[in-house]
Amino acid sequence: MSSVKDNEMWRRGNREGSALFKKWFEGLDKAANEGQWGAYVFVMGSLAEILQNFDLPIVFPEITSLQTAVRHKAPELLNEAEDHGYSPDICGYVKADYAVQVRGGQHPQGRLPTPGFAVLTNACNTYLKWGEIWERILDTPLFTLDVPGTRSVGTQCWPGDEQFEREKRYVRIQLEEMIAQCEELTGKKFDMDKLHQTLTYSNRMSAAWKEIIELNKNNPAVFNAISDGTAYLGVNNVWRGTKEGAEYFERLLEEKQWMVDEGVGAHDNEKHRLAFIGVPCYPIFREFTELFTDWGGVFVTSTYMWFASGGNNLGFQYNLEDPLDSLAEVTLIHVRDSMDSMFHPEQIVYSCMDEFGIDGVVYHPIKSCRTTSTGMADNRRALMEETDLPSLFIESDMMDKRVVSVAQMKNRIDAFFEGMEMRKAARLQEATQ
Amino acid sequence: MTAVETTKDTLEGWRGESLEQVLWLCREVLEDENWPTVKAWRDGGGKVLGHFQVYFPEEFAHAAGMLPLKIAGAPVEPRLTDSRFGSYLCSILKTSLEQALSERVVLDMFVTHPICDASRNLGAIWGRNYDYPCQILYLPQNPNSSHSKQYLTEEYQRIIELIEEVSGNEITDEALSNSIALFNENRKLLRDLYRVKLETPWKITADEAYTLVRLGGMMPREEHNELLIQVLNSIDERPTRKQDRIRVVFEGGFCEQPPLDLIRTIGRSCYVVDDDFFIGLRWILEDVVAGDDPVAALATAYIDSSSYSPVQHDLNKPKEKMLLERVNRANADAVIITAAKMCEPGLEEQVTYIHTLEEADIPFFVSEFEENMTTFDHLEIQLETFVENILFD
Repeated sequence: MSSVKDNEMWRRGNREGSALFKKWFEGLDKAANEGQWGAYVFVMGSLAEILQNFDLPIVFPEITSLQTAVRHKAPELLNEAEDHGYSPDICGYVKADYAVQVRGGQHPQGRLPTPGFAVLTNACNTYLKWGEIWERILDTPLFTLDVPGTRSVGTQCWPGDEQFEREKRYVRIQLEEMIAQCEELTGKKFDMDKLHQTLTYSNRMSAAWKEIIELNKNNPAVFNAISDGTAYLGVNNVWRGTKEGAEYFERLLEEKQWMVDEGVGAHDNEKHRLAFIGVPCYPIFREFTELFTDWGGVFVTSTYMWFASGGNNLGFQYNLEDPLDSLAEVTLIHVRDSMDSMFHPEQIVYSCMDEFGIDGVVYHPIKSCRTTSTGMADNRRALMEETDLPSLFIESDMMDKRVVSVAQMKNRIDAFFEGMEMRKAARLQEATQ
Repeated sequence: MTAVETTKDTLEGWRGESLEQVLWLCREVLEDENWPTVKAWRDGGGKVLGHFQVYFPEEFAHAAGMLPLKIAGAPVEPRLTDSRFGSYLCSILKTSLEQALSERVVLDMFVTHPICDASRNLGAIWGRNYDYPCQILYLPQNPNSSHSKQYLTEEYQRIIELIEEVSGNEITDEALSNSIALFNENRKLLRDLYRVKLETPWKITADEAYTLVRLGGMMPREEHNELLIQVLNSIDERPTRKQDRIRVVFEGGFCEQPPLDLIRTIGRSCYVVDDDFFIGLRWILEDVVAGDDPVAALATAYIDSSSYSPVQHDLNKPKEKMLLERVNRANADAVIITAAKMCEPGLEEQVTYIHTLEEADIPFFVSEFEENMTTFDHLEIQLETFVENILFD
């Protein structure tokens, strides 16, 4: 008897995503070996749409760094950076990338082009410090895109508001300045028609990604926001604004719709629907997920899918009548949304807990990242006051295995699930009495 | 404008007193966990705007009749905030909020900045704990954009409107120009104090100068100016003699502050001839000319006429070159490079500073600190060894 898992649709997106990811690394390796330099960008505000106009290989150092942790190669890179004076207490992504750069771009998955240009946004301040390192050791020209964020919770302004229009003008002028810098660096003229095409692909990708995220409202969930979601995020970033990216996400949506229609879940034994706040634990990536799935815990959503897709989750569509202006507008909204999902994650949980049927929330603050981690404990307090959702707070790191204690983590996770199961049993008993 | 009258001193007992008595009093106040100057201000009916490190245009709060209070942590135990923060974070975040939660200090408005990953979170954290306005002032992170001054002027205008709401006072151009003049005077007096450190460092110790500067962030500037004038007028007469110490620049005090005892420890073997302690109070380097548009004048000064720190990214101000300029200007023999524990920008900058100083063949001493540290013996021995190596080289 054939199972749904024999169907070609089953995990097609994971297979195709993996192939696209491999192709991206191969492209970088080829470019590096041909002596081409790369444009280094970050997931929150990559401006890939502009950089593609200049046919530049685009490197996402957050992604290349996290891959070293997933492949268990990070420890030697972290040690090398620390030998060069970098503190154990700073971002592990920065240190792994630093070591890769001083090794001439040699990365476990191929060679990376040297940073010949870097676009830094203020979505994470460490981006700016990271760029300064390239500037100092490799003379990399930098461009900082400053995107004003939300000043206090609930005060976001929108197109048409005076403040929004002021800030959009600031972003738009910066985009024009960036384009001028790219023209100077590459000797190529900016092509508005090409931007139009790129934004068309981005629109398709973004619309599909939003729908995919929302399909996880279904029970059972059609993907795990950590294990599967991270794979999708990789494609979302590195193939943004491309035909391949648009087609991938449309096919992924098709797969997820098929799962919904067939009643197929990402996990066989889904018992607890969880929201994840933070960045995954890459040094034990598979094991980390299994610590939850072994109890039937499935991450149906995560703030990671919001901020690490650079706001693409919103499904905002570029206005193709005025591409550059629209790029400024959407960039402002996207980057701001990324920041909001890191600084005000409780708002996301409040907004989706009912629709997604969330049973519990997992906070994962990490040593490497103050941006995502600083407010989590206070955030959890607020969540506990506002809702009766059980929550778990586990600290580790996204890169540094030295601060990842699996045994300790397992104890905490087991206790969390035991509590959830007792709670559910008590509620069931109450309901039947 | 109906600003609160500040004729009554918030710090009693300094007028007409000897230099030694004033310095002792200042230190006592600085080490008082209950912020007596702020309490005195509030008892007089004044409102308080707390602003987190590093820079805030305090002129706005002043022009609205509020006390601008620099929130910069404190050497206290974070008892109430312990459950609000995880590990791997700098201490200043915790102790700053602790000051508020313990009600040692009561605010009417809180402002933080997007200067580092931790501080920008503080706006949301503070806002979840208090109903009064808790805001991020979005200082430009791309000061090199042709539009950054315009953007900042508009952002300043936005925060002004909020300050007006909280204070109940309109901030007129005239009031703001007067405040700018007052703060120009304050910055000039601080420059005068730093000139004493630079030219005759034996006249004032590192911790004494630090105390005088830091008090400016917690008392009305009118009073602080008068205090500084009295101190500066009597400093020449101080019967202290030059001693055999090396001249150092201290770098790393831009945000979280080292304990006063650590600064005193350094001062026992070194003359700290320049530093970045409370650089936000000295961020603007020249007098601001208010002109017809005082808001724009402050925005321009922030970008064009300002100091440097690891938390400002400006292609026109490479920090390592700025440090070298500071060292050369101070005719320093060496540099003490520190960073607060868990301070990402400070720790990252250390690496560049070290390479730069190595290349320039300038001796340096590297350390980390935390505002709550209480033992300095080990550091003192290391520092003495470092100093002896230079003195007897």
